[in-house]
Amino acid sequence: MASIKPRISVEYADNATIVTFVDEKILEEMDVQALQGSIMPVVEEAKRIKLILDFCNVRFLSSTVLGLLLRISKKVYEQDGQLRLCNISPRIYEIFKITRLNKIFDIYEDVKSATDSLPAAD
Amino acid sequence: MVIQSKPTAIGPVCGRILSKLEANNFGGEDIFAVHLALEEAFINAVRHGNKMDSAKEVKIDYSVAPDKIEVSVTDEGEGFDPESVPDPRYGENLYKPEGRGLFLMRSYMDTVEFNERGNSVCMTKYKEKSNPAKGEN
Repeated sequence: MASIKPRISVEYADNATIVTFVDEKILEEMDVQALQGSIMPVVEEAKRIKLILDFCNVRFLSSTVLGLLLRISKKVYEQDGQLRLCNISPRIYEIFKITRLNKIFDIYEDVKSATDSLPAAD
Repeated sequence: MVIQSKPTAIGPVCGRILSKLEANNFGGEDIFAVHLALEEAFINAVRHGNKMDSAKEVKIDYSVAPDKIEVSVTDEGEGFDPESVPDPRYGENLYKPEGRGLFLMRSYMDTVEFNERGNSVCMTKYKEKSNPAKGEN
């Protein structure tokens, strides 16, 4: 059986780096490790990154992904960066709400509102 | 059924169980809840119970009725005390990358019960109990 690797697309906008999760489901440990391997270099290569994670395609995720988001957040803020999440479906937002992670992450409706919330470019 | 203890092994089983829920007219919220709880229970069994040893196995039993699903997940580990798992919503636990699986299982299913040894969890979800946030606040 062919396995589908989790993919991301990275867009460098004027004031932010927008990482979009391409796949509908992000589940397994290996998927999450692969995602971490893709996203962490993006964070590490930029100084004070303003990172937007776009969940527009994601319809299902497990708690392993929440762990990944927390690790990304730690790395971003260690480097004096900013992190925003956006386009989270109601069902997945419910997971954030139940776990109270909506108190930790800055979650916006869409990419535009997430971008607008960021401080102006240096 | 008995399946290999590796993270990818749950996919086909999960697909089969969710298809049965669809065939029994469970709604999208119920199917999402069972999917999430099953993934979390399985990864706990693989990671914490069987310690990522792919030579071990995980046993999954389920029954789907018109009004409910029961599913149990059993690993070969020594078991654990589910009451010893801290609430991931408070204090420093909120910032930890792990420790939310059991909490999500309890939040999304109607009953979550462990055997005495703590290596087998049995979960029940009744159709159309639509508020998954019963663990909130």
